[in-house]
Amino acid sequence: MTYNDKVVRQFVVMTVIWGIVGMLVGVIIAAQLWLPALNFDLPWLTYSRLRPLHTNAVIFAFGGSALIGTSFYVVQRTCHVRLFAGGLASFVFWGWQLVILAAAISLPMGWTQGKEYAELEWPIDILITVVWVAYAIVFFGTVIKRRVSHIYVANWFYAAFIITIALLHIVNNLSLPITMTKSYPVYTGAVDAMVQWWYGHNAVGFFLTAGFLAMMYYFVPKQAEGPVYSYRLSIVHFWALISIYMWAGPHHLHYTALPDWVQSLGMVFSLILLAPSWGGMINGVMTLSGHWHKLRTDPVLKFMIVALSFYGMSTFEGPMMSIKTVNALSHYTDWTIGHVHSGALGWVAMMTIGSLYSLTPRLMGQKVMYSVKAVDAHFWIATIGIVLYIASMWIAGVMQGLMWRAFNDDGTLTYTFIETIAATKPYYVIRLLGGTLFLAGMFIMAWNTFKTLAQSKAPEFKAAEPAIWGEHA
Amino acid sequence: MLEFFDSNLIRGVVLILMILAFTGIWAWAWSRNRKEVFHQASMLPLEEDDGQVPQNDSKKESTKE
Repeated sequence: MTYNDKVVRQFVVMTVIWGIVGMLVGVIIAAQLWLPALNFDLPWLTYSRLRPLHTNAVIFAFGGSALIGTSFYVVQRTCHVRLFAGGLASFVFWGWQLVILAAAISLPMGWTQGKEYAELEWPIDILITVVWVAYAIVFFGTVIKRRVSHIYVANWFYAAFIITIALLHIVNNLSLPITMTKSYPVYTGAVDAMVQWWYGHNAVGFFLTAGFLAMMYYFVPKQAEGPVYSYRLSIVHFWALISIYMWAGPHHLHYTALPDWVQSLGMVFSLILLAPSWGGMINGVMTLSGHWHKLRTDPVLKFMIVALSFYGMSTFEGPMMSIKTVNALSHYTDWTIGHVHSGALGWVAMMTIGSLYSLTPRLMGQKVMYSVKAVDAHFWIATIGIVLYIASMWIAGVMQGLMWRAFNDDGTLTYTFIETIAATKPYYVIRLLGGTLFLAGMFIMAWNTFKTLAQSKAPEFKAAEPAIWGEHA
Repeated sequence: MLEFFDSNLIRGVVLILMILAFTGIWAWAWSRNRKEVFHQASMLPLEEDDGQVPQNDSKKESTKE
């Protein structure tokens, strides 16, 4: 029996390509916020249509390909068994690419459900559901036929991600189709908003957190060449995180028509979330204890440790921003954009890049990428890019919040809205620079990935022998 | 009888059940007889493709007890 690595390689390549595409669209809309004329008065290039294209491309195309690809690798290696239903696994790959293609066409056309991170119209939603069910069958089928007594913790996190995304996607996209390109949600008013942000925040919690924690629990020990700091903590981390995340969504709707007690509930659960988040972060960071010297020579570990640092920072910042009085300042400002990118670039992208730099050479029977120097260069360009991005957005956001709430003695507003936009402009230029640097790093990664994969014909790996221990022995 | 089962009582009961579930998971994860099983599991990512953990410094380490 050999491992099915073909589908893993396909997802690895597409992760890098969609990363470039998604981040390029991000750089374009960042430039438009600085110079609005850059939409060239073409409807397909307006900010309102390209922004959902950016978010969908980086979350579902880049992040999604990374998650599905690594999960197929990790579940085989930790279960000592070939992927269940190889044909179905290929269908997951091609189906997911078709979903992305449909998004790349339909969003610039302006076909949208108008729900953030769930913009795709109903025919694409049905395709996503079919592909996702196939993905679940492949993943859980592999877990079921495993030849290792224990299900490794990374697979628990991948499993939670797969199940929860299925639930979120179906519930939030229930709608009444009018035409092929237009539908209306079955929910109305505050209920619609609540369902949307139950979906939205759990997309953060389970797509952008649980799935990438699975990557962390496999690739950080692998790269550090030492087991996770505490396996017991990883179990408590898992159950605490997945139980609490579900309830944090209402913090996106502070001071709205949502009932006040629901807002407070969302805030309290967001505050509690700090505990499992930091438990997991500490577990990842401490995995490097005894291996810190490797940071001097291994830039892949640097990606991972910086990812964990940003995870710690954004999971501290998030609960703080969910406090209603803090939210009164931060909401609707660019502080939120800074927070999101500290998570999305700092945590999600850095962990993905680190994991792929660990995984790609192993797919070729090698230990390191074609050029370790290029990995190091990528690390520094990406890190400087993130720092520029989030620092400028923090300053811009706090400034906007303070300007919007400034009153004169007679009760009139001190600043007009356009004055706050004009004041933000320099920070939009710095953000554009940061984003461009991060995108530049992805091109280095694309070249390095191509060189690593093109060195020779990809080998086939024999599946490891069964490993039975504990009460199963 | 119906007044006895008001929503506040249900809230209290649910809270106690949640606390029990959490401490139960904690106690189970830290129980002595899971130690060896978890140690074995924690070594899974370190395996090469043949299922063997390479003989280097990682061999003598283990997860924190």
